[in-house]
Amino acid sequence: MAHIALPNVQKAFGQVHIIKGANLDIADRSFVVFVGPSGCGKTTLLRLIAGLEDVTDGKIFIDGKNVVAVPPARRGLSMVFQSYALYPHMSVRGNIAFGLKMAGLPKAEINRKVEAAAATLNLSPYLDRKPRELSGGQRQRVAIGRAIVREPKAFLFDEPLSNLDAALRVQMRLEVTRLQKQLGTTAIYVTHDQVEAMTMADKIVVLNGGKIEQYGTPLELYEKPANLFVAGFIGSPRMNFVTDGAAAKQGAATIGVRPEHLKIARDGEGWPGTIMVAEHLGSDTFLYIDCGAIGTLTARHVGELSLAPGDRIVLSPEPARIHRFDKDGNSVRA
Amino acid sequence: MARVATTRRVVVSTAGAWLAGFVIFFPILWMILTSFKTELDAFSVPPSFLFFHWTTENYVTVQARSDYVHHAINSIVIAGGSTLIAILIAIPAAWSMAFSPTKRTKDVLLWMLSTKMMPPVGVLVPIYLIYRNFGLLDSLTGLVIILCLGNLPIVIWMLFTYFKEIPKDILEAARMDGATIGRELVYVLTPMAVPGLASTLLLNLILAWNEAFWTLNLSTSQAAPLTVFIASYSSPEGLFWAKLSAASTLAIAPILVLGWFSQRQLVRGLTFGAVK
Repeated sequence: MAHIALPNVQKAFGQVHIIKGANLDIADRSFVVFVGPSGCGKTTLLRLIAGLEDVTDGKIFIDGKNVVAVPPARRGLSMVFQSYALYPHMSVRGNIAFGLKMAGLPKAEINRKVEAAAATLNLSPYLDRKPRELSGGQRQRVAIGRAIVREPKAFLFDEPLSNLDAALRVQMRLEVTRLQKQLGTTAIYVTHDQVEAMTMADKIVVLNGGKIEQYGTPLELYEKPANLFVAGFIGSPRMNFVTDGAAAKQGAATIGVRPEHLKIARDGEGWPGTIMVAEHLGSDTFLYIDCGAIGTLTARHVGELSLAPGDRIVLSPEPARIHRFDKDGNSVRA
Repeated sequence: MARVATTRRVVVSTAGAWLAGFVIFFPILWMILTSFKTELDAFSVPPSFLFFHWTTENYVTVQARSDYVHHAINSIVIAGGSTLIAILIAIPAAWSMAFSPTKRTKDVLLWMLSTKMMPPVGVLVPIYLIYRNFGLLDSLTGLVIILCLGNLPIVIWMLFTYFKEIPKDILEAARMDGATIGRELVYVLTPMAVPGLASTLLLNLILAWNEAFWTLNLSTSQAAPLTVFIASYSSPEGLFWAKLSAASTLAIAPILVLGWFSQRQLVRGLTFGAVK
């Protein structure tokens, strides 16, 4: 249970500025996701909060207490690593109990807590196995068990699901979210996968090049991206960007329209083009359309649409769903 | 067809490996055989391989003439003591270099190893004088110190390589779990490095056990280990091959037995990382 605040945190490795002044306020019990392309500083920011890296400048408050000088062991946080980082020489029981043992809890209490955590994560039959005897998903569960058993002030997750296969990832995504809500512990979760970010987060922090581009709820980011970067990063398939004439008509340097907000018609007003590729997923149809001077646009249609490459169509954006950006890439709101 | 060729290749390479193994082992085998010959048989031309008069008289003579147990105890103290101290110094040194490397870490490692490039005989005189002035000549303490310092670079280097194989994440996980640096070393790093530690320990024991330059030059009787015991058969009244062999066999026997029982651990440690 922790409220975490970062006023103007900076981190540099020598001359390289990884975090260029991050301001964040993470509410108690919330699930916050750091998302961004590789090298954007999201993992560094998490490690600064964990205490595994020292800040170059700024403060980190956990429940109102500045912890920059507090070693990771005493910040009361727990972390789940991308590589799981289980202790290979200890059994599952030993792994989960390690933190409690370090805290000097009596043996009976450790056992009770470990067994409770194992039961929550369906790990009870595996308590006496070594990590190498477990599957990837089970190892991930042990790593999570090790984090929850200590009842930390907050969970820190560093891309914990990226080593799992797609189906397991979706399942674990649900489990992690459910567990966090059930325990009511603040969680900070780092990922490069914007779908994970959108589905899991109460609030998302979009990072790019060491700067926080936007901090908001998933739908805020989707509906009101602060700039071109966020607009392009959030949403799949990616938002279409149109410059020049069509943008000028809207009084902007660039306009953006999401693929799902383009209406597809055989003829009429709009942007005419030729279908290059049509992807039929059953539930959705993705069209990649060559619109001449406007460029290549992506359109998404819910359900099946019997169009084939070579067909000529006209695209028209839903007027209310057009995003406008000025020449610096910042969002312009009417 | 392909199968036959493969089988033949397996037979040929197996035979080759056995041959190579035999060639490498041959000096030790020859030494053991010689130790059971009479002095006359030991010199015979052509040498007799198995069909000679087997005798244990060399062992009896060696035992009667010099105190094997005294030398063996010295060897154990010197090899064991120097190895233990070296390991205790090397663990924190290798730990800090492996997990908090700086720009200079590689240089420091190379500098440490460079001390092994110097021929020991080059510093014999200064070391001898220092030892004389400090009263360390022919003392167990003196030999433990010199062998510990001599092997320390290799011990640190080996442990550094093993520690580097341990994922940093795991140590960070321990730190997040509330472990102090000391507990991290005791509960996480050291147990994970056991194969590496064991092979470093064994290799260093063997090196220290067989080290002859410093032990021969810095000790005479009181602290003399088995190397001195062997050497004593090569000079005074001429060369006695059979007795020299008997003494050598006695000298290497303990370390040979140790190596034999720990070979799995030794091989596992030396190929640590390669087989991951």
